[in-house]
Amino acid sequence: MTKANLEVFAPSVQVMLGLGLLALAAFPLTGSDFYLQVVTRMMIMAIFAMSLDLLQGVTGLVSLGHAAYFGLAGYALAFLMPQNAAASLWLTLPLAVLASALAALVIGYFVVRTHGIYFIMVTMAFAQMVFYLFFDNKMLGGSDGLYINFRPSATLFGWRMFDLDNKTTFYYFTLGALLLVYAFLRRLLWSPFGRVLAGIRINEHRMRAMGFGTFGYKLSAFTLAGSLAGLAGFLWAAQTGYINPELMGFHMSAHAVLMVILGGMGNFAGAIVGAFTFEYVLQVFKDLPQVGSVNLGKHWQLWIGSFIVLVVLFAQRGLLGLAARLGQRRSRRDV
Amino acid sequence: MFEVLLRAQQLTKRFGGLAAVNDVSLELWRDRIHAVIGPNGAGKSTLTNLLAGDLAPSSGQLILCGIDITGWPAEQISRQGLGRSYQKTNIFLPFTVSDNIHLAALSRDPQQPWNPLRWLKQARNSIPAQARAERAVELSGLKDRRQAVAATLSHGEQRQLEIAMTLATEPTVLLLDEPLAGMGVVEAQRLVELLLQLKKDHAMLLVEHDMDAVFALADHLTVMVNGQVIASGAPTQVRADASVQDAYLGEEH
Repeated sequence: MTKANLEVFAPSVQVMLGLGLLALAAFPLTGSDFYLQVVTRMMIMAIFAMSLDLLQGVTGLVSLGHAAYFGLAGYALAFLMPQNAAASLWLTLPLAVLASALAALVIGYFVVRTHGIYFIMVTMAFAQMVFYLFFDNKMLGGSDGLYINFRPSATLFGWRMFDLDNKTTFYYFTLGALLLVYAFLRRLLWSPFGRVLAGIRINEHRMRAMGFGTFGYKLSAFTLAGSLAGLAGFLWAAQTGYINPELMGFHMSAHAVLMVILGGMGNFAGAIVGAFTFEYVLQVFKDLPQVGSVNLGKHWQLWIGSFIVLVVLFAQRGLLGLAARLGQRRSRRDV
Repeated sequence: MFEVLLRAQQLTKRFGGLAAVNDVSLELWRDRIHAVIGPNGAGKSTLTNLLAGDLAPSSGQLILCGIDITGWPAEQISRQGLGRSYQKTNIFLPFTVSDNIHLAALSRDPQQPWNPLRWLKQARNSIPAQARAERAVELSGLKDRRQAVAATLSHGEQRQLEIAMTLATEPTVLLLDEPLAGMGVVEAQRLVELLLQLKKDHAMLLVEHDMDAVFALADHLTVMVNGQVIASGAPTQVRADASVQDAYLGEEH
């Protein structure tokens, strides 16, 4: 285990995460449709951030093109959804995730051979290619994107298991996906696969000298991360009812990188905390009022940039690391 | 009975016009320690890198346990039974001693990174890996330091860990690049004993500057200068060689 990555949570962090889960489970009780959708979107971004954390925090591969796999699954849903009826969730979800997985497998085959700054540049270049493929192609929706007229239906053999048109149901469906992805990735972190990925982050050369074929590991991680990003993109498209090239653009990829850094890398809980914080702070900054002749809200990018610089300067292990440190200090004082 | 485990034939590595290793042939036998000495820049480290597959030779051939491994990547050569330890300590500093060794031991479990069933197994539950790791811990003398984070170890302990990790991959051929560098007297003595103990099951290549250790350990000595072998044979014989004395050992030896 490594301290720097907070792979093992202190009791204080565990309590905090438990409380967060309770709050999420109870949130629909507030009865606000608008905020229900806002929090659903935050959870979707949290799944997206966790998928990137597998590459960025665990394996040490910083991808600046991760949104491509997020967007592709959304497009897959748009293509699979007929104009006048709802397609099955049990068909569209696996196919959309598979589309992202295939793209990640093919692109990964080329990019995981590169290291460091080159990896960053090449992932970004491939994502831009995917972006312009959709942006410039009217057949694929062009710059406006595509509308998805229905939410996928959860009917299986004539039995309607649940109804995703219901906002609360969609909320809990997303929460379930978030918890499953989190539990899966936490388990994976301690599997031989996860340990090898952590080893690659710290010293890939030594891993190879010990007999690990690191290419296969990195490609598998890249494909898995792309698939999970696809799951998030599918949920996003299903929730909002549209998909456009912006969702697989550079800004989307960069936001995911920032979320993971903000929350704390390599432990997945940090990615969740980072995603929620980022989305929340983004809204706060965008809603800043006009002061005199200056519209503060219009310059939200400046504020969020400063916020992230401050977090990186004063909490190098992200917000989760900060929470762990504060918890430690308190328990020391108690003793 | 001796057995050749690694055979290098006319290995050459050129970097542009410079032949860092030039036409070097050597054999590593089970139950023998083969030491390579030479001044800085003689090509010892390049030779080690060639044998381990970190560098591909410009020409020449490498046979490991009867299999032609010329041009194989490092991970495949490692899995074929070659273990190396590095001159510059090359361990996983944020991990504990136990995690470092266990990770090395995992390398000999079946590798199926694409198999989802293996994503859900617990690394610690691999019994064969546990056994390999346990044996390496015992041999290396790091038993009491298992839970220490590698970054907090003394230099000597880090060298021990380096070797423990190599042993956890259960190699048949060991390449040890200056294993004694920077070690204290007691630690060095313990390592020398360990190497003598390991000798009977392994073929060993030892690159070392500590001449006392070399003469205490080596069954065979090769002297390199400017990428070439200038002498090779039993240590006493090599020590008497006039050209070696001129080139390297100096008069006091």
